[in-house]
Amino acid sequence: MSTSTTGRTRRRFPLADLAALAVAAVVAFPLYWMLLSALRPRTELEAGDATPFTLAPTLESFRRVILVDGFGQYLFNSLLIAAAVVVLSTVCAFLAAVALTRYRFRSRTTLLVMVLVAQMVPVEALTIPLFFLMRNIGGTVPALGLNHLGSLVLVHLAFSIPFAIWMLRGFVAAVPREVEEAARLDGAGSFTFVRRILFPLVAPGVVACSIFSFIATWNDFLFARTFIISAQENQTLPIALLTFFKPDENDWGGIMAGSVLMTIPVLVFFILVQRHLVSGLGGAVKG
Amino acid sequence: MTTPVLPVRQAGGRKAPGRRRGGHEPWVYLAPALVILAVMLVYPLYQLGLVSLFDYRQAQVSGTEPLRFIGLDNYTALLGSERFWTVLANTTVFAGACVLGTLLVGGSLAVLATRLRPWVRTALFLTALAAWATPAVTGSAVWLFLFDPTLGLVNQTLAGIGFDGFAGHSWTYDKWSAFGLVGAQVVWCSFPFVMVTLYAGIQSIPEEIVEAARLDGATTPRIAWSIMLPMLRPVMMIVTIQSIIWDFKIFTQIYIMTNGGGVSGQNLVLNVYGYQQAFAASEYGLGSAIGVVTTLLLLAITLVYLRVLRRNGEVL
Repeated sequence: MSTSTTGRTRRRFPLADLAALAVAAVVAFPLYWMLLSALRPRTELEAGDATPFTLAPTLESFRRVILVDGFGQYLFNSLLIAAAVVVLSTVCAFLAAVALTRYRFRSRTTLLVMVLVAQMVPVEALTIPLFFLMRNIGGTVPALGLNHLGSLVLVHLAFSIPFAIWMLRGFVAAVPREVEEAARLDGAGSFTFVRRILFPLVAPGVVACSIFSFIATWNDFLFARTFIISAQENQTLPIALLTFFKPDENDWGGIMAGSVLMTIPVLVFFILVQRHLVSGLGGAVKG
Repeated sequence: MTTPVLPVRQAGGRKAPGRRRGGHEPWVYLAPALVILAVMLVYPLYQLGLVSLFDYRQAQVSGTEPLRFIGLDNYTALLGSERFWTVLANTTVFAGACVLGTLLVGGSLAVLATRLRPWVRTALFLTALAAWATPAVTGSAVWLFLFDPTLGLVNQTLAGIGFDGFAGHSWTYDKWSAFGLVGAQVVWCSFPFVMVTLYAGIQSIPEEIVEAARLDGATTPRIAWSIMLPMLRPVMMIVTIQSIIWDFKIFTQIYIMTNGGGVSGQNLVLNVYGYQQAFAASEYGLGSAIGVVTTLLLLAITLVYLRVLRRNGEVL
């Protein structure tokens, strides 16, 4: 801050910086421990070794979860579902946000309030009716029913859209109407404008809301557990991870290796887009 | 689920942003989203209410017994059971503690972040984002491992420095220590949202005001309390209510860390309770009734949220 440099003598390491670094270390520690435990040899894990490093790192735990337990398949399933949800929900939400911000029509406000209320619905409570709904849908379209990945895409699509609409709304509204008028004068139709001009302009918002859809879908364990009952090959990562939890005999090496595999894609995604994310959030706050 | 809602202000206080009055065109754009929401959200909500009025158990699911309409019997059974009230109290206390913890940690770090060198701030934000991004399932797993009775780092360390009582100590056996452990994990993964949002809010406070206060001799905590807090009230309110809604709905952490609700269900919260009633005990009617109660409670919180947005001048 400007005051600390002008008013006082500049210290090499102010207290605030030290405190913040300590906090950052504490916050990062569980993640470090996860990675470390995934790399530890089994003997160290079973002895409850508490040293904060290992001299004999090994990929044995990773090899076990990928080769023996088919994590690759589950990773692929999780990625497939998340990708489908991100693309579809972003498109649907973006179009809806356009309608809700750039047009004025009756029941617009009602719809907006409903979009907000829809985010508060405890989706866990809906597992019961959704379970029966998926059973019925599966009767006609098996690919969208229980035991299939389509069922998970459908539910997460529904849960991602309201928030995505809410978030994109601000970005769409921020595009000046002059841009639209100019486009119209140049002969662009309504849909051309939305697709070729508006969509690229709100890209930061799209990135920010796609992160939330991705994470919500990627992290889901409730619906995967409820809908994928017997189809082992359609299991997703969180459920696969849970199979390592055994009463009194947890395979911590496997659990941590699986956790690392499941955390890395999210982290990479987050770090790649964190600039957009913070500016997206900041933009939404500051207006 | 991570679905924060942030306030959006129209630049320049522009009134309703409607561009065109438009016939059927907006409905074409709305159609895909509305169809999905109607089928996957509105209809299930209706079904939830409906099932809660029936005697709906395994026998009815498999079709060996006919469905029986029992009106509000599921609700009377629920409100009359001691378990329900315990679970409701658990949920309230647990969510309240998580919200308080999240706001305290996130708020103080947001203030701290304004005093940092850029690279330290980036380091803090990156680690916070990492914690935020960590899936609930893996976050729960690693916290559980850290606090494992025999192999966990925490017990090993405590026993190593002389607290022998902690060798083999189970953190999830006692009700409140289990809630505390889950709560710590929840705060760990949800304070970043509060921190980032409040930090953005603080950045939008004009520099001159803070500068003036500092010249008058105000300390950082004093500035945070007497100047930033009042100016941040709108953002604070929204962050608070958003946290309440999240923490009230926590499912995964409780389910995984306490193994489905703790020793003899001592760590059940409403969401997990309803789920277990339906899918573990096959009491689909009763489970739905619990779902309805949860939904109504969240709806009440949402209405407060809407009022706050309105009072803050949010244009819908």
